[in-house]
Amino acid sequence: MEELLEILENLKPGVDFPAQTDLIEDHILDSMSVVMLVGELNDAFDIEITPVDVVPENFKTVDAIYAMIQRLSDD
Amino acid sequence: MKNILQFLEKSAIMHPDKILFADADKSVSYAEFLETAQAIGSAIAGMGLRNRPVAVLMPRCVEALSAMMGVVYSGNFYVVIDSEMPQVRVEKIFQTLQPAAVLLPREWQEARSAWAPEIPFLAYEACALSTVDCALLEQIRRSMVDTDPLYALFTSGSTGNPKGAVLSHKNVIAYSKWFTETFGITENTVFANQTPFYFSMSVSDVFGTMRAGATLHIIPKSLFSFPVKLIEFLNQRMVNTIYWVPSALCIVANWKVLDYVMPAHLKKILFAGEVMPVRQLNYWMDKLPDAMFANLFGPTETTDICTYYVVDRRFDNTDTLPIGKACDNCDVFIIGEDGREVPPGTEGELYVRGPFVGMGYYNDPEKTASAFVQNPLQSSYPERVYKTGDLVRENDRGELLYISRKDFQIKHMGYRIELSEIEAAAGAIPEITICAAVYDGERDRILLIYQGKRLKDAFLCQTLAQRLPAYMMPTHFIRVKAMPYNQNGKIDRAWLGKNYAALESESAPNPVS
Repeated sequence: MEELLEILENLKPGVDFPAQTDLIEDHILDSMSVVMLVGELNDAFDIEITPVDVVPENFKTVDAIYAMIQRLSDD
Repeated sequence: MKNILQFLEKSAIMHPDKILFADADKSVSYAEFLETAQAIGSAIAGMGLRNRPVAVLMPRCVEALSAMMGVVYSGNFYVVIDSEMPQVRVEKIFQTLQPAAVLLPREWQEARSAWAPEIPFLAYEACALSTVDCALLEQIRRSMVDTDPLYALFTSGSTGNPKGAVLSHKNVIAYSKWFTETFGITENTVFANQTPFYFSMSVSDVFGTMRAGATLHIIPKSLFSFPVKLIEFLNQRMVNTIYWVPSALCIVANWKVLDYVMPAHLKKILFAGEVMPVRQLNYWMDKLPDAMFANLFGPTETTDICTYYVVDRRFDNTDTLPIGKACDNCDVFIIGEDGREVPPGTEGELYVRGPFVGMGYYNDPEKTASAFVQNPLQSSYPERVYKTGDLVRENDRGELLYISRKDFQIKHMGYRIELSEIEAAAGAIPEITICAAVYDGERDRILLIYQGKRLKDAFLCQTLAQRLPAYMMPTHFIRVKAMPYNQNGKIDRAWLGKNYAALESESAPNPVS
């Protein structure tokens, strides 16, 4: 989780990520940052996020992103 | 036909209840749209102004289109302003434009009206509820001619001062005739619009829709972050035709989204605005072998497009797609440095003549005079043609090939080099998702900026050396996590040109893998 927060904070400095309830609706993650984030997560956690994983539900909150990483690491 | 609204009125009589425009949340029928546009038109017409610019400062939604056509009903012309544009740039545009009024959502009225206190900022909601004054609208229509301005579109000038190309009803009537006939746009067409209304490409799908009695769905921008959802949206809305920038098509190809979900109704894929990389086009063509693919080419100043190529054969990943031949009722020719037409196969500047050629730049006689010029091929009668600033040449099939912007062509080690050629060579490397070549004039070197898997410089040099002559080889490679895009969704080359130094220092000292 800490590693994820670090990646997010590097991506968008100054955002209190754990406090956010909808990163997409509130335009914190736009189309560019989703692409960047996916690249970072793939590298950092050695997972492969496929297009079917790239849906708003998996990027809405820090917990949602974390849950997706967990799920993909188990595969 | 003298006024673009006549298409809307005719389509509204034929099928009043059909959906004309829809966005994520709402949709509007032909009859409803017509009434709202007439109400807005009546409200603005009451101010007594004719052929004056009215700025439309609205988010990308159905109401923005009602506002645009409302302005046209009032006998004025609209100028769509990017609602996310910083105040400084809006002020710059307003200095040139001196708009007669600004239409915007009520919730923005108070804050934004401080930007230009001398201009009336009108709430869209209030205008839309006005009573339609049929007599007044009719009187305005009678006095209008097809050479009256329909809209102005601001593009960035090389000096940093935006310039506003003015296009008339006549331009769009001629242009949309070609567009709908060439691509078979009919009342069965369902468009999914990607491009913003302050970008010339939207002229094609918006007016093509109105002219043909079709339907247009505005795609929420956020869907381009979630490509599977994007395709699902196309399927839900039964979209059969798209006209997008290549960068948007590349998002789908790079994610290999069509391996997971197919656009079930899609039959026509048109693109323009930047060079379409062949590798990503091939992905689309493999997945949709029966669909029509077409590469359209042209500047804002020729309404949207002046040449086009319907893809009729397969290309290698390292090839560049032709831009084809001139549109019907539009003529193009190539002028060399000596001011004469070049022999076939020789490169030169593309000129355009005919009814697609716009009126000039608003309040800018100097820039108008330098780009809208007398036809250099004849001096016997006045004939204004448009000098595109684009370098092209004809291939042996008689198709035009785009080379580069005249001011992008670089001289390096004594050679004239097209950066786009380097991009085509590098873009064919499977690990590279997307790339841009940038010339550093101060240090006389070529940089390749790419998004994709991290590659060793040695590997890149070796691979490119098989495809490019030595003098065209980039000497520096910069991997970025995401390519920057401008507000229209195209690769932001201007930004890259200014910021490559920062990117370089960022990406260089990276010991991790």
